[in-house]
Amino acid sequence: MMNWQHGREARQARVEAASSFADGKIVAARDATRLMETVIRPGDRVCLEGDNQKQADVLSAALLAVDPKKVNDLHMVQSGVVLPEHLDLFERGVAKRLDFAYSGPQSARIATMLFGGKIELGAVHTYLELFARYFIDLTPNVALIAAVSADREGNLYTGPNTEDTPTVVEATAFKDGIVIAQVNEIVEKVPRVDIPADRVQFVVTAGKPFFVEPLFTRDPGSITEGQILTAMLAIKGIYAPYGVRRLNHGIGFNTAAIELLLPTFGEKLGLKGKVASHFALNPHPALIPAIESGWVSQVHCFGSEVGMEDYVRARPDVFFTGSDGSLRSNRALCQVAGLYACDMFIGSTLQIDLQGNSSTVTTSRVAGFGGAPNMGADTRGRRHPSEPWLQAGREADPEAQPLLRRGRKLVVQIGETFGSNNEPLFVEKLDALALAEKLKLDLAPVMIYGDDVTHIVTEEGIANLLLCRDASEREQAIRGVAGYTKVGRGRDPKMVQRLRERRVIQRPEDLGIDPLHADRNMLAARSIKDLVHWSGGIYSPPSRFRNW
Amino acid sequence: MNAMRLQMTGSTGPDRKVSWYEASARTRTRLLLDAGSFLEFLGPELREVSPHLELFDLPEQFDDGIVVGQGRIDGAPVFVAAQEGRFMGGAFGEVHGAKLTGLLRAARDLKSIPVLILFDTGGVRLQEANAGELAIAEIMRAVIEARTAGAAVVGLIGGRSGCYGGGGLTAACCSALAVSEQGRIAVSGPEVIETNRGVEEFDSHDHALVWRTMGGKHRRLLGASELFVDDTVQDFRAAAIELLRSAGQFGIDTLHAEQSRLEDRLRRFGACHDAYDVWAAAGVQEPRSIPALPADEFIALADALGKVRRDAR
Amino acid sequence: MEDLTFHHRVRARARGVRTSAVVGVVASGNLEVLAERIEPETECVLEIRTAAVGFGEVWGAVIADFVERYSPGGLRLSINDGGARPDTVSLRLAQAVRSMEGEE
Repeated sequence: MMNWQHGREARQARVEAASSFADGKIVAARDATRLMETVIRPGDRVCLEGDNQKQADVLSAALLAVDPKKVNDLHMVQSGVVLPEHLDLFERGVAKRLDFAYSGPQSARIATMLFGGKIELGAVHTYLELFARYFIDLTPNVALIAAVSADREGNLYTGPNTEDTPTVVEATAFKDGIVIAQVNEIVEKVPRVDIPADRVQFVVTAGKPFFVEPLFTRDPGSITEGQILTAMLAIKGIYAPYGVRRLNHGIGFNTAAIELLLPTFGEKLGLKGKVASHFALNPHPALIPAIESGWVSQVHCFGSEVGMEDYVRARPDVFFTGSDGSLRSNRALCQVAGLYACDMFIGSTLQIDLQGNSSTVTTSRVAGFGGAPNMGADTRGRRHPSEPWLQAGREADPEAQPLLRRGRKLVVQIGETFGSNNEPLFVEKLDALALAEKLKLDLAPVMIYGDDVTHIVTEEGIANLLLCRDASEREQAIRGVAGYTKVGRGRDPKMVQRLRERRVIQRPEDLGIDPLHADRNMLAARSIKDLVHWSGGIYSPPSRFRNW
Repeated sequence: MNAMRLQMTGSTGPDRKVSWYEASARTRTRLLLDAGSFLEFLGPELREVSPHLELFDLPEQFDDGIVVGQGRIDGAPVFVAAQEGRFMGGAFGEVHGAKLTGLLRAARDLKSIPVLILFDTGGVRLQEANAGELAIAEIMRAVIEARTAGAAVVGLIGGRSGCYGGGGLTAACCSALAVSEQGRIAVSGPEVIETNRGVEEFDSHDHALVWRTMGGKHRRLLGASELFVDDTVQDFRAAAIELLRSAGQFGIDTLHAEQSRLEDRLRRFGACHDAYDVWAAAGVQEPRSIPALPADEFIALADALGKVRRDAR
Repeated sequence: MEDLTFHHRVRARARGVRTSAVVGVVASGNLEVLAERIEPETECVLEIRTAAVGFGEVWGAVIADFVERYSPGGLRLSINDGGARPDTVSLRLAQAVRSMEGEE
């Protein structure tokens, strides 16, 4: 007789094995390592939460401390490789294989370990791809998650930083996996139930809040005139003519400048209510003036942002909040929202090549993809029309039969021609190719592909790639906004002039914008303190952003 | 909607609502004074640059980071020196220091024209250490000589680099000071204190602590600065006019009064561990609310507690 | 530090009567431009002292475009550069000419 219950029986056995030192579901922090050794088997697939923002840091430390003879060769599947412990696991032999999406702070070390053969790489994914594979071929056996609090039954409150947790738990709990949560405290009753108790096997009382970093705060004091100019170009040259209401901003100073220019420059152009009203976005402090000025109808969030919890709580008409009043974020669903319910993505990158492919990769860092490739891609599965989508589709394929002509998502790359350390944004060959050769990857890690990009905005102007008829026009359009970089200086001036006449390239003066007017006085807020004032004192910035 | 002002320029007169903090030394000077009244001495076209920076392969600035000259404020003549905080952190070098010394000596000799110093400095340039330190000594002497001759010297502090090192020392010699929230006045900087005394003594990354200890609001409550102003050129201009108008005579009695003021201050606050304790001892009901308080409310609160003694300094 | 000099013939003099103006501040990523109306009206001279060494070609391209666009005849533009990006240089040069032409 076939046994179809392997997974279920195995889970039962593991849970029972830990019952001797668990008080119901509750395990003390000092027993966390012992718990890991009891319920995790060598070769298990483990999701160690590992989100973009929050980290199950107490569980990471506990896992790191296991006896490698008992627990080893784990296959780690997690969104973010963020804490040093995440990579220490591989050094110790506790973990062997890795599938992930983002590695920000660990990007240099992860590269070194990959080159050195210390990590067996499955693949680098986007968030949504990894979530998708949690349900097909990367289902975790064990999920180590981070929550704010739990009750004695095991109901969890994940709060503003809910992020990936519901998705991770859905895949793990319903496929005979084991869910272990670290919480700050056990309470009588959780403020709201984000994860129901029957999906949770163990709760470790960490006694302190989980690690979380502010990643989406940009100090208005650091915004430069160049960034303000590109923001003005984007608002007048793209947001306005396409009528972009539903959008996602990739985090960066250029988009922060856009957010801070809506109540001033945007207002002057009469755009309130016509653009930038519905966002798939984390709660950016830089969006506060626009929200307070009545620009924003609704925002759905991937995660939270340190310091913004009370502000969100005070603006439930704009944000998604639970019955307890606090933010409810959800990365998987917000990624889907960005994919299918937004008409534009706009963000920055480190390098763009002559086809418009872009990448944030350098030869010594492997930072992963995060969510940008999902946000910044045309979604061919989309069916519902909207004006911006149809307009972009018309520009891309003017000859097509209108009834069969799909629209296009606006995918905009914005940045100055020279980035930090005066590195050129535009290059002949992406560093990503050199990295792929070095690591023998099947594909170079491209963040956004040229054939998805619709516009490039620099201080020199806007290149509309939808209007380019062939690769050579596309190349010259890119060179035509590449400023004084080597790529820019290599332009064919006559061809660029013709492209300008066809409005494939628009210079600031073509849009009635004088670069000398791009002034910091245009920003609705020029400092973090201004943002606090805009919020009526409710926004509470972390210490590192204060200068008062 | 809250009362935040939305800054869009384009009015008929000079826009003095601009941020002092954001403005360059030249912009501050131009907008502080009566329109068109400024005449620069030793301007950039004379190229009086630092003789030392080339040795270190560092770029020079034609005015060596300080603008000096004469103008009018509310109709009355005044000398102005404005430090450019973004050039080498506004630090004093040989030429920079000499320009200020010369201006102060002119005030001393003329007796009738007061001086406004727009401080924005981290102290003395390391690359010109000896010349810089010498300049500070000369400047402090020149301030006292000018005041003795009857020319008030008023300091305005609210820039990116604060007022540190020799700048802090010089500021303390002035007839009166006006400071904004962004301004900081001290001698040793936060990083120097942390390096020398350890992070437990002073965590330079704890910005709230830095501002509590050295920032404009604390200086006002402690009596180290006469006026606290909002971060606009307009407010600094009004403060300058008021402080110039009310500046008193300077002499040995002033110094005695100042000594007594400082002794009294030490007695009242010497045992305090943190600025919150100082503010509580000074009569502030809710010390922890001070940092977030908007400028106008803070000014009202500080004035209610008491203004700085006019006979001291 | 690197010193660069450029001479250009131009078609017209820079408008206005101002004899000198200075814009910008010398700092990392920034520069100051001192403009003086002391050259013959059909000429423009640029003298640059820069902290970023080896970018002569880029300076040449930026200046050529600037001169073509603004025709700053009669002006000597002296620059102290702290390693600014080309677009910042273009901006400051334009600001300097605007100042000389009497527009703030």
